[in-house]
Amino acid sequence: MNIVATESQPDLIKIYLLESKAEILKVIRSPGFTLPSLLFPVMFYLFFGVIFTMNAASMPTYLLATYGTFGVIGPALFSFGVGIAIERGQGWFELKEVSPMPASAYILGRVAVTFLFSVFTIILLFTIGAIFGEVRLQREQWLLLAVILTFGSIPFCAIGMALGLYLKSNSAPAVVNLLYLPMAFLSGLWVPINFFPELMQSVANFLPAYHLAQLGLKVVSMDSGQSVWLHIGILSLYLVVFSILALKAYTKKDKQ
Amino acid sequence: MNNLNMDKVGTERPGWSDLQLSSANSIKPGESNQSIDVRENQIVASVVDVSKHYGKNKALDKVSLNVHCGEVLSVLGPNGAGKTTLINILLGRLSAEHGTVSVMGNLPGELRTKRRCGAMLQVSGLPDMLTVKEHIELFQSYYVSPIAYTKVIDLAGLEEIQNRYSKNLSGGQKQRLLFALAICGNPDLLFLDEPSVGMDITARKSLWSAIAQLKNQGTSIILTTHYLEEADQLSDRVMMLNKGSIIQQGTPEEIKSRMRFKKISFTSEVPIQKLLSLSAIERVELAGNLYEIQTDKPVKALKQLFEMTDDISNLTVTGAALEDAFIQLNRSHETKSEESSDTSEVAN
Repeated sequence: MNIVATESQPDLIKIYLLESKAEILKVIRSPGFTLPSLLFPVMFYLFFGVIFTMNAASMPTYLLATYGTFGVIGPALFSFGVGIAIERGQGWFELKEVSPMPASAYILGRVAVTFLFSVFTIILLFTIGAIFGEVRLQREQWLLLAVILTFGSIPFCAIGMALGLYLKSNSAPAVVNLLYLPMAFLSGLWVPINFFPELMQSVANFLPAYHLAQLGLKVVSMDSGQSVWLHIGILSLYLVVFSILALKAYTKKDKQ
Repeated sequence: MNNLNMDKVGTERPGWSDLQLSSANSIKPGESNQSIDVRENQIVASVVDVSKHYGKNKALDKVSLNVHCGEVLSVLGPNGAGKTTLINILLGRLSAEHGTVSVMGNLPGELRTKRRCGAMLQVSGLPDMLTVKEHIELFQSYYVSPIAYTKVIDLAGLEEIQNRYSKNLSGGQKQRLLFALAICGNPDLLFLDEPSVGMDITARKSLWSAIAQLKNQGTSIILTTHYLEEADQLSDRVMMLNKGSIIQQGTPEEIKSRMRFKKISFTSEVPIQKLLSLSAIERVELAGNLYEIQTDKPVKALKQLFEMTDDISNLTVTGAALEDAFIQLNRSHETKSEESSDTSEVAN
C-alpha cells in the first residue's frame, strides 16, 4: 500500500473493448427487447415500401433511405436515452460514476451497441429492398448509403445521452417515443416530404432526422436539392449542442 | 435482539484481539513496530469544517474528520443524520459548501482519486444479463493493479455463482457482487454504504471476515451501517452523526463506557408517578404497560421497585450495548439541542 501517488494508467483500449463487449452482450441476451426494435422498421418498410407501394419504380428506393434513417435513430435514442435513465434510476449509473471507469468508455460501449443495431437493420432493409423491392443501385451507392446511415446515428446518440441524463427512468421510454415517432413522421421518414403542405415542409428543416434522411436520399438522387453542407452542418449543430447539454448534466454536482 | 448483542459484545470476538492492538488508544512505544506507526499517522481522507444545506435543511454542519491509513471508521446515525451526504462529499458526488475535502491528497471525484478508491453504494438493480464474472472482470479493468480474480471471488464468497446472470441473484448475492466490485480494484480506501443489508447471518459473518482481511492488508475503510453489532465488531473508530453534527466519536469501547446506565424493563400496571418518585431511577419510559427504566444503580433500583409493588412481570436487566449507548447519546444530544425536557424524565 503505497500512499505516494502512482500515476500509472490502466489499459484504456482494454477498458473500451470490455465495456463494448458488456453492452453488446447485454442486448444480445435480451432478444425480447432486441428483436422487436430491429424488426419494427424492417416490417414497416416491407409493408409500405414494398408490398403496398404507391409507385413501384421509385418508392422502394426512396423509402429505403428514409426507413434506414428511421431504423438507425431508434437504437441511438433508446440505447442512450432510455438505457441511461434506467441505470440512473437503479443507482447503477452512480456506481459506475464513482468507479474509475473513464466516461469515454461508457459512451463508446453504447455507441458500439447503436452501430451493431444500425448495421443489422441496414443489412435487413437492403436485402428486402434488393430482392423484393427491386431496388437497383451501384455498389458505391449501397456502400455510401450504409456508411451515411451508420455514422449518421451519432448526433442522435448525443440527443439520447442528454435525454438519458435529464429524464427520470419511469418517464424516459414515453418521452423518447414522443420525440422519436412525431420527429420521424414530420421529417418525412414514413411518407415522402413533398406530399406535405408547404408549412410542414419548412418545419422539417429544423429536425435532425430530416437532414440525415436527405443525406441518404442524395445518394440515390431523390433529395429535395439542398446543399450537403447544410445537412451536415445542422446534424453537427445538434451533435455539439446536445453533447454540451449532456456534459453539463454529467458534470453537474449535487444532482439528486 | 439486545440480549443477543450483549453476549456477542462481551465474549466472542474471535480474531479481533490482535486488531484491537492497532487502534489509536493502545499505541505503546515498545509494542507497535515502526512501519505500522508510520501508516497510522498517514491520513487518507480529510474533511475540514464542511457544511452542506439542502434548501433550508442543514445536512452537515461544520463537520471535520480524518480517516487514517488502515483504520475502519464507522459512521452511524439515524436517517437524515447526514451520513449519505458525508459519503457523497468524500466520493465527489456532492460539493461542499464550506470547508475543504481531500482524499488521497487529491480532490474527491478526480479520476486519479477514484482509481485508488472502491465504493459499495446502495444500488436497487444492476444490468440483468451479465454474469457475475463479466461484471467483476469489467470493473477490474478500470484499475491499475486489481486483486486477482480468484481472490475477489473468494473474499466475496461468489465461487458457486460466478456464471450466473445478475438477474437471477438473490438480494444477499447482489450485495456480495457489489462488494466484489468495490474491492476488486485493490483500493487504498474503501467506502461501504450499508454493506450487509439483505444478507443472512452467515453471509454477514463472511462479509465481516472479508472486511477484516482487507483491513489487515492496510485498506482504510469507511462504513455506514444500521447494524450496531456490525459497527461494534468491525470498527476501530465509531462516529455518530445527528442532524449534521458529530455528536460522539471514539472506539466502540470508549463509547460504550460513556454509558454508565443499565436498562431495566418490565410490564406493570403501576402508575408512572409512583416510579418517578424512586430515587435510584434516572429515567422512565412507558409504552402501553411496558416500562423501560435507566439507572446507574441497578441493585438499589430493583430493591426500591420491589418494595413498592409486586405487580412486575417480564423483568429483564441489560447493560450497555453499542445500540443503547447510541440511542442514549443521541437522545441526550437531542434534548440538549432542543432544550425541551420530557415529562417522564427526572433529574437525579
